[in-house]
This record gives sequence, C-alpha cells and structure tokens, in this order.
Amino acid sequence: MSITATLSANLALEEARSPEARVAGAMRGFALEIGALSAFRMESCIHCGICADACHFYIATEDPQYTPIWKVEPFKQAYKRESSAFAPVFRWLGLKKKVTADELEHWQYLLFDSCNMCGRCSLICPMGIDVSALIEQARHAMFEAGLAPTELYEKAANQKRTGQPEDSAEPYRDKLLAIGREFGVEIPLDKSDVEVMLTVPRTDIEHYPKAVAALARVMQHLGVSCTFRSDGLVAENYGYYAGGKEWQRQISLRLIDEALACKAKLLIVPECGHAYTALRWEAADLYGKPLPFKVRHVTEFLAEQLQLGKLTLRTAETGATTFHDPCQLVRKGGVTNAPRTLMKAMGVELHEMKNHGAFSFCCGGGGGVVDIQRAAPLRYRAMENKLREVDDTGASTFITSCSDCRRTFDDARSHFNWEKTPRSLLELVADNLAGTAGNAA
Amino acid sequence: MDLVSFARGPALEVALAVFCLGVVWRIVGFALLRIRRNFNEPRNSLVKAIIGGVIATGSRSWPHSEFTVRTGAGEALGYGYHIGLFIVILAFAPHIAFFGSLFGVTWPALPNSVITIFSVLTFTLLLAVLFRRVTHRVLRMLSNFDDYFSWFITTLVIVTGLMATAHIGGPYQTILGLHILSFDALLVWFPFGKLMHAFYIFPSRAINGTLLSRKGAAS
Ligand code: SF4
Ligand code: SF4
Repeated sequence: MSITATLSANLALEEARSPEARVAGAMRGFALEIGALSAFRMESCIHCGICADACHFYIATEDPQYTPIWKVEPFKQAYKRESSAFAPVFRWLGLKKKVTADELEHWQYLLFDSCNMCGRCSLICPMGIDVSALIEQARHAMFEAGLAPTELYEKAANQKRTGQPEDSAEPYRDKLLAIGREFGVEIPLDKSDVEVMLTVPRTDIEHYPKAVAALARVMQHLGVSCTFRSDGLVAENYGYYAGGKEWQRQISLRLIDEALACKAKLLIVPECGHAYTALRWEAADLYGKPLPFKVRHVTEFLAEQLQLGKLTLRTAETGATTFHDPCQLVRKGGVTNAPRTLMKAMGVELHEMKNHGAFSFCCGGGGGVVDIQRAAPLRYRAMENKLREVDDTGASTFITSCSDCRRTFDDARSHFNWEKTPRSLLELVADNLAGTAGNAA
Repeated sequence: MDLVSFARGPALEVALAVFCLGVVWRIVGFALLRIRRNFNEPRNSLVKAIIGGVIATGSRSWPHSEFTVRTGAGEALGYGYHIGLFIVILAFAPHIAFFGSLFGVTWPALPNSVITIFSVLTFTLLLAVLFRRVTHRVLRMLSNFDDYFSWFITTLVIVTGLMATAHIGGPYQTILGLHILSFDALLVWFPFGKLMHAFYIFPSRAINGTLLSRKGAAS
C-alpha cells in the first residue's frame, strides 16, 4: 500500500470511530499519561483568570474561551472526576461532569488553532503553573482521540513513515545537494566519524534555501567535521505538533539513530524553534535515557565559537534592527543571549521590542498553527499586536532565528501588505564571516 | 451543651480531623501518581535550578512588569482581602486566645476597633471579588461550585464574626456559636476545594520555577 493510501486509510479509521469512543480514547490517553506533576499543576489552579492576560489570542479578541487554562478544561475535569484524591466525592456529588464528544470536538480549536504552545502564559500564573506544559499533554490526548487537525496529522504521519512531512517531487536529499550547487557551497552528506551532525528545517529547504547554504558555509568556514544524513535530515517534528507522542518518539529516533551511526558528538538544530524543544528537551525523555551526544541550537553553537575565538565576524550593515525571539528557543529554551551575542559581534544596532526576550509575543504561527488553514483568520488577528511592536521599534531590519517564525512573518507581509522582510540571523552570520568575500551564500 | 460549647468542642474536633486527614490525603494523592524522570541534559546545575525555584517562589508574588498593566489591579484586589483576612485571623484577641488554647502560644493583639475596621474592609473587598467574578468574562467562565462555595464559606466566617463583635443579628452566644460553626464548616470544606491553594502555592511556584530554571528558561 502506498504511503498516501495508508494515510487515507488511517484517517478513515479515525473518522469511523464513534464520538464516544473518541472521548474515551482521549480521556484514557490523558489519564494514562498524567503524572504527579501535571496533577499538581491542575490542582493548583485557583481560577484567577490571570493567565488570559498573557495570551495573544485572548488579548487580541478578548474572547474568554482563549484563556490558557480553559484550553485544558475538559482534561482538568476528567482528572478530577477520574483520578484525583477525591474523585469518588466529585462523582458522587456530580460536581465534575463527564466530558461530551461535542465538547472535545470544540476543544480542538482551543488546543490547536488558538494555542502556539508558546509558554507566555506559564510566566504569569501567580500559582506558578506551567500552563503550556498542560496544553502539550492535552494535545497528546486529542491525538489519541483522533482529534488532531488534519494538516498536522497528515504531516506527522508522512514524517513518521518517510522522514519528510510532505511528499516532494524531488527527495530533500537531492534538494539539499541542489542548494549546495546553486549557492556554490559544499554540502557534507552521509559522512561517518564526524564531530557534528547537521539537520535542516524543511521550511528552509522549501522556502529559504539560502539559510541551508548558510549553515553549510559557516560550518565549512569553521572547519568543523560535520555531515547531513540522508535518513535524518529534517529537524522539525510534526509528531510533536500533532500531539502524537509515539510518532514524535519515532521521528526523533530517526535522528538519534543517524547521529549514532555517524558517531556525532553534537547534533545541531538549525533555525527552527520547536525542533529545538523536541530534540533538546524531549527526545531523551522519549528515548528513555540520556542522549549519547549533545544537542545545541545553531545560534548557541556559533555564539560559543565566537567566545572561544574560533569565529570572527565583520560589522554587518543592517542599520536599525530588531529581533524576534522565537518562543521555543528563548522563553521555553533559554537561548536568550546567544542571538544577542552574535548580533553584538556584528555591531548590529539592536532596538528591542516592547516585549522581548522571555516576554516576547509569539509570531502566532508556532505550535503548528501556521500549518492549519482554517486557523489563519484568528492567527492574523493575534499577530497584529506583534507587528505593531515590530513597527514601533522604528527598525528597518528585522531578524529572527526560526524559519517557522520567518515563514509566519513572510505570510503576514502578503496578508497585511506589511513592508518588513524577516531575515535569518544565520544568514547574516554567514554573510559576515571575517576573511570571506561576504554575501557569497 | 450550648451552641458555643458544641461548636468549640465536638464540632471543632471533627472539623480539625477532617481538615488534617483531608489535606494529607490530597497530598498523598499526588504521591500515588507517576513521577517522570528527566533524561535531557540540563542547562543549569541542580543548585542553580533550585535557586531559580526559590526566586520564582518569591517573584511570582507580583506579576512581571510586562504584565502589570493588565493584571496589577486584579492581583492587588486579591492581595487586599488576603491581607485583611490574615490580620483579622491572627491579630484579634479572642482568635489569639483560641490559637493559644490549641498550640500553647500567644502573641500581642491589635485593638478591637482596628480589627473591626479591617473586618469591614475585608468584607467589602470580598464583595468586590465576588462582583468581579460574576462580571468579568474570563472569571465567570472559569468559575465553578468550588469558587463560589469557597467564597461563601470564607465570607460567612467574616460576616458572623462581624455580627458577633457588633452584637447584631441575635443573642451574642448564638451568633458566636454560628461564627465558630462556620469556621468549622470552612475547615471541613478546606481539603475538598480551592482553599487548598494555601498549601500548594509555594511548592507549586518552587517546583515549576526549578524545572524552568533547569532548562535555563524564564520563570
Ligand atoms: S502557550 Fe501561548 S498561545 Fe498557548 S495559551 Fe499559553 S500564551 Fe496562549
Ligand atoms: S493564572 Fe494560573 S491559577 Fe490563575 S487561572 Fe490561570 S492557571 Fe489558574
């Protein structure tokens, strides 16, 4: 059976499940997965509603259903009813109702279309609850219930089977080599016994080939022994987006196996935020043991090379510049200083946005939202504030370090006739390597 | 046995027993669930992560400056009645005597007139909190029986206390008995609802803060 046919069969199977079976599946998934920490987080909520004020979806619409903790309401209810300390009391008094299939269906919009898993709400809660961690867990349950949005489900299914989230006329491996030829840079591929394994965002392969070439060029410049691997190219993990934990594990395993095969001591995550979360913070847990190599974001790696004196950069003529902090890298991942270190080394005149660093607003596309077609109108509304913040800096150059953020802003350019062009920090570095001609990539 | 003796005697004993057992059971409930191990490589050492947790425990007492414009007023309201409750509970002479009989320690009290002012203020803030809960679109949507009942039982204790000190609403002994009984009821309800946040608030901030700091993430 072809991949597409298998996928359709799977989707048909999900469709064929009765709504009751879906609810039971979701709740079982959630109950099985819930650990002491999530239970504690759910129990700690005092319904103060403050988390609403951190979320760009609520801020843009003032619609209470976008309150972060409300996005996990059915699961909170199910936990209290099924497995909390006083579950029998709640059931007996009828205080926690069974979640209906209709409710759960509606929650697909709240957990996927209107949540970027950006983690801003986790910074505001007076009880200290990590709300976005709960949302991620609720997505797992939605996946189990067959309620992951089709776009994310299909891409995850494809990636699990083939390593590519989408079918392409030309395999990514060939595209990668073509990019090398186009930009005149050698692409190290399928080497063994290397120091570093490189990965690539499929967003870059499809939309920003210069960023792919920039990665290869910078590594070549540094003289690092490295390689891409045909069977472990794509950095993104659509299993993570869709909430398919087992699929996420299998997609991560593909990269882990390749890193082991080439004996890499370091795996570099390219400019992709959620790939960083999936590989840096979640892959080892899904692997069940520590990874035998380190995982670093490319900006972390480059900042380190800079500090070690192995990388020298020229002044970049960018004029007044602002930087968008990708949520998964900065707020949730702690990669806050590295991009700024690189920009400083290039003499970039940085004008920070009103909300920057850990408090930066999401671009609106994270968490797979940019891939969900029907979510676009809401996403645009949530984005308006972000675009205003970018404009308010007065900067003419706009940089980020995540290709999905870049794609989301690029999309905003056409939708809003917004005049800024998001640029890649990695490309800027590659253009300003000391001792090279510059702008070669 | 009159109402006050009943409320102070057997009713209080039962309430305290339910309170203690309930609180313990609710905490044991977590311990029975799985604790997942972290295999990812931490960015920060355990010591640094714990320091982050300690900082978050304190810093979450007030919103980060980025959030204050939107949330400052609501949080101030919450603080207002919590502080009022603490003062009335801990600085009123008869309450201190009650704690003295339970724990054997006493401390200086505030004058009754000051306590009355704080009680009235606290009651007013509690009314404001309820008004906000039923009118604010987010709070109204989030609120359930627990929120309203926890508010009701807390307010009932304050109101009966005010009535007892002001000698209104009936014979002093009856109102005092009702005041103590309402406190007993609060103790019984405590482990079942959101009042438990008194036990959760600091561990919750500390644990989440530590886990975020472990990754070097913001907290
Ligand atoms: S994670 Fe981000 S998008 Fe999701 S609810 Fe929280 S603030 Fe909103
Ligand atoms: S801010 Fe925290 S405690 Fe308040 S409603 Fe949101 S999750 Fe619950």
